Amino acid sequence: MPCIEARGLRKAYGTTVAVDGIDLRVEEGRILGLIGPNGAGKTTALNAILGLTPYQGQLRVLGRDPWTEREKLMRDACFIADVAVLPRWMRVWQALDYFAGVHPRFDRAKAEGFLAKTTIGRSAKVRELSKGMVAQLHLALVMAIDAKLLVLDEPTLGLDILYRKQFYDSLLNDYFDRSRTIVVTTHQVEEIQDVLTDVMFINRGRIVFDCSMEEFESRYLEVMVNPDQIAAARALKPIHERQVFGRSILLFDRVQRQQLAALGDVRKPSIADLFVAVLGNQSGAAQGGAR
Amino acid sequence: MSTPSNTVPGFPLESQGTAPAVITAGRRFYWSVRRELWEHRSIYLAPLAAAAISLFGFLTGLTLSPAHRHEGLDAPYEFAGILIMGTGFLVGIFYSLDALYGERRDRSILFWKSLPVSDLITVLSKFTIPLIILPLLSFAITVVTQFGMMLLSSGLSVGTLGARMSFFHMSLMLLYHILTVHGLWYAPLYGWLLLVSAWAPRAPFIYAFLPPFVIWGVEKIAFRTSHFLGMLQYRLSGPEPPTTAARSGNMMEVISALTPLQFFSTPGLWVGLAVAAIFLAAAVRLRRNREPI
Repeated sequence: MPCIEARGLRKAYGTTVAVDGIDLRVEEGRILGLIGPNGAGKTTALNAILGLTPYQGQLRVLGRDPWTEREKLMRDACFIADVAVLPRWMRVWQALDYFAGVHPRFDRAKAEGFLAKTTIGRSAKVRELSKGMVAQLHLALVMAIDAKLLVLDEPTLGLDILYRKQFYDSLLNDYFDRSRTIVVTTHQVEEIQDVLTDVMFINRGRIVFDCSMEEFESRYLEVMVNPDQIAAARALKPIHERQVFGRSILLFDRVQRQQLAALGDVRKPSIADLFVAVLGNQSGAAQGGAR
Repeated sequence: MSTPSNTVPGFPLESQGTAPAVITAGRRFYWSVRRELWEHRSIYLAPLAAAAISLFGFLTGLTLSPAHRHEGLDAPYEFAGILIMGTGFLVGIFYSLDALYGERRDRSILFWKSLPVSDLITVLSKFTIPLIILPLLSFAITVVTQFGMMLLSSGLSVGTLGARMSFFHMSLMLLYHILTVHGLWYAPLYGWLLLVSAWAPRAPFIYAFLPPFVIWGVEKIAFRTSHFLGMLQYRLSGPEPPTTAARSGNMMEVISALTPLQFFSTPGLWVGLAVAAIFLAAAVRLRRNREPI
């Protein structure tokens, strides 16, 4: 059973279409990065997956319909929807008590173990904690839940680099064990590149790119082309071309490394490079009316 | 990518096979009510403050004019009761208006919804506060306050059997009044406030109190009647006994004039409860649909 399966998932707010017919299949044990510009429909898609919003089309999460079975789904799935949703009046011990009180899969000792590694006091109020500490607290609570699916929507937005790094480190080291599934959206693509097993680009409510990281590593190469060979390089049909310090950098899909090495310096592109290429082509195509 | 999970000591992989603890709906409800008390400390602080004010006022009166100390169960006691229970009632109104609005405004609704607690349990737990918790708390605080006043005025020795009996009787009547009127009779009022709280895009206070004014005004101008106002007055003043004689007496007499049988056979009570149920059902639906503001 796939962890998340969507067919023709659609959601419109009035005349604005936020999610425009998404087909999606996330297998168990994957860490999927959902990447897209602001307003691309990431959060709306996640909200549908989490049962926070009604939708059109077919959607099963852990075998359930999230909209009608949110309460049951939340026993096996959990999410951090933004950094700042922990109630500001709440004290740390209250959060622990409450989770232990309502969540059948919450392991209090584990949460306290995670908190012991931080400087967060048990009687501290959320409003007294720094943004980074609130994220640590939320992560400690969520990681102590033995869930099958964890959804993170911009979990590190507004945190400094140390907290961001720490966040993903503990997620990988203390939580992920290949039987869980994690879906994460973020703007800081570079930082999670090494964390992901799959990556998906979403733009204007549609999935415009979808591949595993192994495939990504083997398919894409970037070449800083020597000026005299630019015509030859263009003949190999790069998917994207950009200028840096007066030199052209061309991005190729499924072109042999030896072939490219003759044209200039070859290196592996980052997800961010590919993202710019794919979305750049998208908007160009849209302007040309090709799509 | 590495698989660090098996290299980290103390990672309880073995715990994953164990069956999760069973958590009943009752337990989720209990913890939902507790979290309301954590968040809204005014639920008990405000009636306590009212009690402190009444006691202070009573003590001041005693020291200034000790001659009045044997007036019996009268004005100061009733005043303390009205002050504490009235405070509880006001807290209930403001609480209900904020209950489902506040969590959308501060986006914490996203946090609450990430936990396996249904919208029904959440709304019911919030309804319980003005319906049961606040009346019982106000009652307990009132009785303790009045008992303290009795001890203060009579000294520890003079508490006669008669005074005790009448105090006990008064407390019982108070409990009856607070559970029936403040709880059951006002249920549709709290239901309405929760509904508005779940729906209002902003300023729930205005959305809660403007429609009644509009309906009253339109009815007055269009039909030159005031049935709606009468209905509201009937709801707010509580189920009054049919005899007008009782109305002139003090509050306790009014209450005792309506027996439980009369109270529970008042159609207004059941109509009110049905309306409250409709409001709550709508609030549950709205909470499910509404997103943070």
